Amino acid sequence: MTILFYIAALIAIVASIMVVTRTNIIHALLYMVISLLATAVMFFLIGAPFIAAMEIIIYAGAIMVLFVFVVMMLNLGKQAVEQEKRWLSTEGWYFPSLLSFILLLEIGYLIVSGQTAPFNGRQIPPAEVGKELYSTYLIGVELAAILLMAGIIGAYHLARRKKYVVHRFLKTEGAEQ
Amino acid sequence: MIAISLNTGLIIASIMFFTGLIGVMIRKNIMFMLISIEIMLNAAGLAFVFAGAQHGQADGQIMFLFILTTAAAEVAVGLALIIQFYQKFKTLNSDAANNMRG
Amino acid sequence: MYDLLWLVPTFPFLGFLILAIFGKKIGKKLSAVVGVGSIGLSALITILIGIQFLTNPPEGHAFVQTLWTWIAADDFKVNIAFHLDALSMVFAFVVTFVGFWIHLYSTEYMADDEGFSRFFAYMNLFVGAMLMLVMGDNLLLLYLGWEGVGLCSYLLIGFWYRDPANGYAARKAFIVTRVGDAAMAVGLFMLFYSFNSLNIQEILSVAPHVWSPGNKLAVASTLLLLGGAVGKSAQLPLQVWLPDAMAGPTPTSALIHAATMVTAGVYLIARMNGIYLLAPLSMTAVAIVGAATLLVAGFAGMAQTDIKRVLAYSTVSQIGYMFLALGVGAWSAGVFHFMIHAFFKALLFLAAGAIILAQHHEQNMFKMGGLAKALPVTFWTFLIGSASLAALPLITAGFYSKDAIIWYAWSGPNGSIYLWMAAVFGAMVTAFYTFRMVFVTFFGEQKMEISHYPTWRVHIPLIALAFFALFGGFIELPGTLGHLTLFSDFMKSALPVVEGGHHEVSLEIFSQVLTAVLALVSIFVAYYLYLKNMQIVTNFTSTKFGHGLQQFLLSGLGFDWLYERLFIRPYVWLSRTNKRDFIDFFYVFLPWLARQFHYLFKYTQTGKVRRYVVGIVFGVLVSITIVVIL
Repeated sequence: MTILFYIAALIAIVASIMVVTRTNIIHALLYMVISLLATAVMFFLIGAPFIAAMEIIIYAGAIMVLFVFVVMMLNLGKQAVEQEKRWLSTEGWYFPSLLSFILLLEIGYLIVSGQTAPFNGRQIPPAEVGKELYSTYLIGVELAAILLMAGIIGAYHLARRKKYVVHRFLKTEGAEQ
Repeated sequence: MIAISLNTGLIIASIMFFTGLIGVMIRKNIMFMLISIEIMLNAAGLAFVFAGAQHGQADGQIMFLFILTTAAAEVAVGLALIIQFYQKFKTLNSDAANNMRG
Repeated sequence: MYDLLWLVPTFPFLGFLILAIFGKKIGKKLSAVVGVGSIGLSALITILIGIQFLTNPPEGHAFVQTLWTWIAADDFKVNIAFHLDALSMVFAFVVTFVGFWIHLYSTEYMADDEGFSRFFAYMNLFVGAMLMLVMGDNLLLLYLGWEGVGLCSYLLIGFWYRDPANGYAARKAFIVTRVGDAAMAVGLFMLFYSFNSLNIQEILSVAPHVWSPGNKLAVASTLLLLGGAVGKSAQLPLQVWLPDAMAGPTPTSALIHAATMVTAGVYLIARMNGIYLLAPLSMTAVAIVGAATLLVAGFAGMAQTDIKRVLAYSTVSQIGYMFLALGVGAWSAGVFHFMIHAFFKALLFLAAGAIILAQHHEQNMFKMGGLAKALPVTFWTFLIGSASLAALPLITAGFYSKDAIIWYAWSGPNGSIYLWMAAVFGAMVTAFYTFRMVFVTFFGEQKMEISHYPTWRVHIPLIALAFFALFGGFIELPGTLGHLTLFSDFMKSALPVVEGGHHEVSLEIFSQVLTAVLALVSIFVAYYLYLKNMQIVTNFTSTKFGHGLQQFLLSGLGFDWLYERLFIRPYVWLSRTNKRDFIDFFYVFLPWLARQFHYLFKYTQTGKVRRYVVGIVFGVLVSITIVVIL
């Protein structure tokens, strides 16, 4: 079981790295899906089956699909890939990578220096999650609902194809005739 | 049962988080930046779930649910904005929206 | 009657307010009525109070009328209160009485001027401030009056402000007197420090108990007060402003720079006689300042061509006599000379003003001549005034007052033979330049025709003042000539008695005769040089030495030249080099630093999102590093 966990973790990390380094956006998205699936496997293994299912259904199944839809809609074409290759130059990597690496080391140090506690790998059934959700975290649920509502309205409004109306006084000479 | 300590899980989550962070800092394409942000969110949620599972409580999972909801809403709005961005600037270069002269 | 004391300064202040606010609207006639009337009412009340003071003196020969409390801070209490005793009575009488005649005269002198009401407003303010000065019962009120008269002097010297030279003269007067005022302020601080009060009577009564004679603090504060007096009274070394102050209208010169404001220094020292007696060093300093000034100014007066400047230098010289009197301990003699001098000097200035009016506003007396027949009243009154100034023996008031001073310079408690010699020599010089002025202006052939004949408004004040210049001296006759001591008896209640006369009577007669003879000799020399045979003077001034001497005396013995090089040039140089103000440097430095940081940080505002993320990460890095390290 443990080895399974490590394999899933490795896949997740490698997939994330691949996401960040691809030039073709669809490839990157697909790698992202793989990373999410690997994460879901990790969730299964530590005793959170409900959340694993949620990860797959919502994250990989809805959000990533949304990404794919938008990319398809933008209709970028092959020259986008060329452009991406040009944009992704090597020199730009050094400094951010260095920063993140140092930060990673520090976080790692902080984590390691904390105390280790034994892992309680109890399988938490979905029913328990549901009960917890609707009793202690009821307000959070309601707020999340409002947030989603805001997201819907915002997304609808922002993505509308607006008809650009030019005031007749602002029209150019040629257009007036 | 799994004999994984919390530290291991957290380290895994950190590695994924910083991978996403590098992605945000490096990529010029807005879509890629958004995707990298998603990686970061996922990693953060991973850390929460690990913490919750370590204590054997459902709270970590609930937190991940909220993060998930947030990510969903954010992606929806973000993609709508990207569509508008593309329609205005005809490119996905994040530097195109730069009006500063600094 | 005494209760009406507060009206005396109030009428002029009221006049000032009315004229300042409504002056332009009420027209010239009404302005004249308000302006002259307020002073007239003050003079009337002063005379009435004076009569009552003489016949029915109040308790302790002093009357205090407190109006209200001005400042009350912890144990520092200052009232608006008037203290009336013999000394302030004399000064108030002179100020209001002479002031009234001068105001009447001004209605004709300034008749053509468009700033008519403004002039009377300033003059009224001046009289009010001067009365505040002489009647105040504490030093703070005195200082208020002191500054008030300084302000009015500035306003009136620069009355015709459109000419920048007048503004320069006004500023010069103000700044030079300010130097004295600063010294006086420090003196006041010292007095307050020593006595914890600024009430004059309190200080004078407590001083002998607190200070032993020769006490350092006494010497210091009296010397500083002397500094203030020197500034205001235009004595050495601060006498440079008075000749230039003649740029103002002649009535101003008459009132302020002859009769009243410049005598404020005399009043101060006379009033604070108690503490001066405790500092013999300061008394000697006062006497030496007086003696030196009267000689310097006398010499300068000998070479002047502008009639008003001759009178200005003679004023400086005569106040030198008053200082000399105070310095040797002849308090009442000094005040007596002040009173007589006020009469004849105001008379001389008013007459000179009449002459100037009559000669197309020409002030160079060498361009005038032969006015004796053309302006008879003016001539005779001017002659009377000059005789008084030159101390013509026996008939003029000036003889009695000046002679008393000359005698006390030798015989007074603090006197010495050298002071006497200086005073006698000064009297000779005075007679010389006075009659030089008379002969050149009034005799000889008439060079210019008359442009304006004076009317009754000029003649009446001249005659009134001439009367007093002639007969005012008969209230105080020296021991050798009938020993009448009306004036000094009157002053006994306010000033210490002069302990003179311990020399023999024959020396006194010798001094008087010598002075009289020398004065007559000087008058004859002036007659000979300037009327009979002007060639001698012209030959002398055409030689190199003669011309140099003339220029030296004309410029007031080179004091202006000296001060220019000693003070003005370095100061101007300093202000010019400090134009960027090195103290400001620190305050300019801070914005400069902020701007440098701005130039540095503006490169972070790229507008590129990725760079912002890098910035965030960097910040997180730093924070976590701190956490890790700590």
